[in-house]
Amino acid sequence: MTTLTPDADKKAAVSNFADNLDHSLDVEGRSLWADARARFLRNKAAVTSLIILACVGVLVIIGPMLSPHEFDAIDWGYMAAAPDMASSHWFGTDSLGRDLFVRTLMGGRISFMVGIMGALVAVLIGTLYGATAGYVGGRIDSTMMRILEILQSFPFMFLVILLVTMFGRSIMLIFLAIGAVSWLDMARIVRGQTISLKSREFIEAARVCGTQPRSIILRHIVPNVLGIVVVYASLLVPSMILFESFLSFLGLGVQEPMTSWGALVNEGAQSMEVAIWQLAFPVAFLVITLFCFNYVGDGLRDALDPKDR
Amino acid sequence: MLKFIIKRLAVAVPTLLVLITISFFLMQAAPGSPFTGERNLPPEILKNIEAKYNLDKPVWQQYFLYLGNLAKGDLGPSFKYRDYTVNDLLEQSFPVSLKIGSVAFLFTVVIGIFIGTIAALKQNTILDYIIMALAMTGVVLPSFVIAPLLVLIFSITLHWLPAGGWNGGSWEYMVLPVTAMAIMYMASIARIQRSSMIEVLNSNYIRTARAKGLPWKVIITRHALRPSMLPVVSYLGPAFVGIITGSVVVETVFGLPGIGQHFVNGALNRDYSLVLGLTIIIGALTILFTAIVDILYAVIDPKIRYQ
Repeated sequence: MTTLTPDADKKAAVSNFADNLDHSLDVEGRSLWADARARFLRNKAAVTSLIILACVGVLVIIGPMLSPHEFDAIDWGYMAAAPDMASSHWFGTDSLGRDLFVRTLMGGRISFMVGIMGALVAVLIGTLYGATAGYVGGRIDSTMMRILEILQSFPFMFLVILLVTMFGRSIMLIFLAIGAVSWLDMARIVRGQTISLKSREFIEAARVCGTQPRSIILRHIVPNVLGIVVVYASLLVPSMILFESFLSFLGLGVQEPMTSWGALVNEGAQSMEVAIWQLAFPVAFLVITLFCFNYVGDGLRDALDPKDR
Repeated sequence: MLKFIIKRLAVAVPTLLVLITISFFLMQAAPGSPFTGERNLPPEILKNIEAKYNLDKPVWQQYFLYLGNLAKGDLGPSFKYRDYTVNDLLEQSFPVSLKIGSVAFLFTVVIGIFIGTIAALKQNTILDYIIMALAMTGVVLPSFVIAPLLVLIFSITLHWLPAGGWNGGSWEYMVLPVTAMAIMYMASIARIQRSSMIEVLNSNYIRTARAKGLPWKVIITRHALRPSMLPVVSYLGPAFVGIITGSVVVETVFGLPGIGQHFVNGALNRDYSLVLGLTIIIGALTILFTAIVDILYAVIDPKIRYQ
């Protein structure tokens, strides 16, 4: 046993104290986002959902390359064939003999694309529109809000079907339609947040400094509403996926030979008595994805929404 | 109160006008005429047909003609069902959609509020967890997924209920369509009702009511239920739109002769006037309903009226 000189003892105590100090400072120094991340990671359902979503995402991107079949190639020997490892039709084939594994994943690409595009459009237009209306206020605000109110009371799905009737069916129209619908709620939420931010000291300080309204909105308002924007964007993704699937189910969305989950569910429903796998796989993918997006959205809301803290 | 109602309805009218105008001019902007098809008509005949439907007049004149007819309740002829007007088609199909939609809406609201309240009262018990897990599942089951699944389970496998058809609206033909339409929004309402009920139950005036010794039943029905329903009331508008939209799918899957089916067929056949007319009818219904919900909201919550 070594005996410590009093001096060394003291040194150890000091460094020990310093370590502890360092540690406690670490805890105090967490940022809003680190805080939110920690809270999110504690939510098991949300984290599991995120992992499943990541898996579905990866599968959707690389899956079609793993299969020897093309999404639009007809396998004459295997029409409406059940799932089978030997023929490498892992999910079976549809009534025309096209591989369902590849088609389901191709449909997933469309769904993810539509969902993420919708969320992006909503974030861009909605945030800017809402922040501007909220910050400028007065007559401009009430006009902008009136426009929003009018747009919001439209039954949009029907307007989209009207559009599809007239301009033919195409994926571009769906993107356009989703762009038109998705930002409305976002704008309203951001406006509310902006109004409560507007009277805060740091905004006043910026104004006193002579900062232009445009840069106040972009530099000071927008970053501060980002938390709530992320929450609502994550909840928007599943509703956009639903929107597209709905149109495709009716045959008004994505057109053959391209496909989407909605279109596959429709085809599957027509042959479910004899070929249940044609319904089961697309439904499973769609439902699991929506389920996970909802849980992730809920988790993000719990983590980021200041109201519920 | 009357002032609020008038103000709210005054907003509804221009909204409807904007909807009609947008829909009408979209139709005008569409490439080709509804009569360009695979079989090209001789130009003279095409001219006659266009004259019959007023398509040869300038656009603004057509617009005011359409508005004028609309004011008289005339939605014009269908372009594809040659012997029918849009009004005829509506007359046949609207009652079906109305019946099924209103039953679905009623069930959605009543059952949604009921199970949401139960879950809130039994918060953090097994019952609560089961209800909320079911509700979470319901939220992600859109009508176009649930409808085929219901048919698969209850018609094809169990043979309990018919897989489709209308049969004059007898109840066994309505069970599955109504369920398919209602489930998603029922689940949403249950979730909303649960969280708002929990919030209300934790508020001070409920504690006061308990402190003065009121029985639970009275506290819930007299004091808690009404304020806790406010968020649900504000969700009624979106739920209504959702159920109407869902009816398009449900009517297609179950082969019901309602307006949803005309809508889809109209869209697939490019029957402009039919789709335009239906859009306007549904738009008018939606706008009217949202206005009613807003007024209802003001009736329940006096704070709104004085804003």
